[in-house]
Amino acid sequence: MTLAVTSSAAAREDRLAQASQLQLTWWRFCRHRLAVISLAVVALFYVVVIFADFLAVADPHATDARRSFIPPQGISLLDDGAWRPHVSGLKGVRDPKTFKLAYTPDPARKLPVALFVHGYSYNLFGLIPTDRHLFGIEGGQGVDGIFLLGTDQLGRDLYSRLVVATRISLSIGLAGVGLSLILGILLGGVSGLYGGVVDTLIQRLIEVVRSIPTIPLWMGLAAALPNTWSVTQVYFAITLIISLVSWTELARVVRGRFLALREEDFVIAAELVGASQLRIILRHMLPSFASHIIAAVSLALPVMIVSETALSFLGLGLRPPAISWGILLQDAQNVQVLAGAPWLLCAAVPVILVILAFNFLGDGLRDAADPYG
Amino acid sequence: MLIYLARRLVLALVTCVAISVLTFVIIRLPPGDFVDAYIANLAVGGSTVSADQATAMRHEYGLDRPIVVQYALWMGRVIQGDFGVSMMWRRPVTEVIGDRLWLTMAVSITALFLTWTIALPIGIYSAVRQYSIGDYIATTLGFIGLAIPNFLLALILMYVGFRYFGLSVGGLFSPDMAQAPWSWAKLWDLMAHIPLPACVLALAGSAQLIRIMRANLLDELRKPYVVTARAKGITEARVIVKYPVRAALNPFVSSSAYLFPYLVSGSIVVSLVLGLPTVGPLLLQALVAQDMFLAGTIVLLLGILTVIGTLASDLLLMWVEPRIRLQGRA
Repeated sequence: MTLAVTSSAAAREDRLAQASQLQLTWWRFCRHRLAVISLAVVALFYVVVIFADFLAVADPHATDARRSFIPPQGISLLDDGAWRPHVSGLKGVRDPKTFKLAYTPDPARKLPVALFVHGYSYNLFGLIPTDRHLFGIEGGQGVDGIFLLGTDQLGRDLYSRLVVATRISLSIGLAGVGLSLILGILLGGVSGLYGGVVDTLIQRLIEVVRSIPTIPLWMGLAAALPNTWSVTQVYFAITLIISLVSWTELARVVRGRFLALREEDFVIAAELVGASQLRIILRHMLPSFASHIIAAVSLALPVMIVSETALSFLGLGLRPPAISWGILLQDAQNVQVLAGAPWLLCAAVPVILVILAFNFLGDGLRDAADPYG
Repeated sequence: MLIYLARRLVLALVTCVAISVLTFVIIRLPPGDFVDAYIANLAVGGSTVSADQATAMRHEYGLDRPIVVQYALWMGRVIQGDFGVSMMWRRPVTEVIGDRLWLTMAVSITALFLTWTIALPIGIYSAVRQYSIGDYIATTLGFIGLAIPNFLLALILMYVGFRYFGLSVGGLFSPDMAQAPWSWAKLWDLMAHIPLPACVLALAGSAQLIRIMRANLLDELRKPYVVTARAKGITEARVIVKYPVRAALNPFVSSSAYLFPYLVSGSIVVSLVLGLPTVGPLLLQALVAQDMFLAGTIVLLLGILTVIGTLASDLLLMWVEPRIRLQGRA
């Protein structure tokens, strides 16, 4: 950042001395290049979450038997050397042996790709009703369309589904972390602040929770959710189930910070001048360990995301018509299907990317959390 | 050491009780009780059960009593080895589960040892040869292991095996061995099939342990006693293995304690993808069919075996790590 452009060493010294803790943390974070890139990747993913429907090209729920298993197809940018982005139309060819209908691109028919086209209707930000989409083809009929990542068995466009799935997969992580954070700060804080018997009890509780194999337990709990529940109800139930186990790591971090800070001079000073317990925690202790919590959160998020993906992959998590990465991967479970339509594995790419990005981000934040170290 | 042992044992016992309560909750969660399900099951077959008979059955199974008493009754039966009858298979649960539980454990334990044997040497290597090509390869592999959830890895392996090599990588036995009674040949067959799923399971854990081992060993290698040892002319291998590695083992060891539950957990999903004859697929079937006695028993037994396995690995590590052995003696 701006740190690099300062010319003299003295000026730099001055800046370091005057910088707030937040600034120091940010500078330290910027030195971790992978973490900065990861931050950009994560931000990009959340932009996709916000504008999911706008970025999609086809209604992710619309099924069409004629579009079944269309292979991925790129957008050609040039046409006879001129800038005219288009996709080829599709031509159905029946296999003379198996009588299966296979689609091949038909270069003779060119469908122009345009920006801000009309498509299926949705509510932007859940509020503004519109039918504008970032790109697409105007007035596509029948099998005409853009299939960047191909289609699934029911003829739904995988790219659009993947984009819309990002919304649930990434928000369930946030919601789950929010819940674990409340549990973790509460139990970890109580544990670190009071110590003694309470501390021992909570620590043993954490050990017990951590030594239970989580997936069978989650499966059991998730399977018991009534079939009649709506998508939203299942969504919150799954969030709750996942965070019931993952609060332990956050509680451990919070407890560790409380134990370390309790002995600090500035905390004792605050106690001596008669500040109330709540004021000491919120005004004096919280600012100095907030960065640690943020780091722990960004390491907990990928765990949540994988958990939801695994559960939905097994068919015990979210249920269709909800769309999440796990649900998309469920289609790829069968090797025979996969051999015929390998593009279904595309749904694994964002999962891996997000996990990596959050892990690097978490590493960078953890290093930056202690800017004096 | 005895205090440590006693603490571990008590904790294991408490964990088992917690697991049993959770299992009971899972069994009781679906609407309706065992008798309702049983009646519904009979109705499919065309026979009916009168209200009186239903009440009698409820009484027999203790379903009309308070929930705590029901839990106690259930626990009493479980301790005697009576896990109830599977609704789906119409056979005692223990019979249905059969070998599957032991195969689950075999896969998980193999993965545990594999994790250690992969992580320890690579961790040491990438610390001693920091920033070498080998270190970069190990670190990259570590990140890949970290980033790809094991069920996805299994899925990708299945696809690659099927698409490019035309072989099915799933299963724990060759087709002709799957139904055969246990023999040395079958055991050998199992040994030949177990490394692949175990590797899939071990990768993520190893990635984490390599990182921990590398970081700890790097800290140790910078300490003055290492310089002293070198100055005294001890061979490089001895300098590293004798002191810093042993000192760096501690965090490595304590993080291993949570490895086993994690592996058992992962084996469930991986089994489903790779079609292993472990309890994983059975658990899923049972849950989907709401066969709660079968599902509950699997969760319970898996949980308890995991606790025992974790305890065993703790004891093993206590033997390796003198600092734990001597804890509480000071």
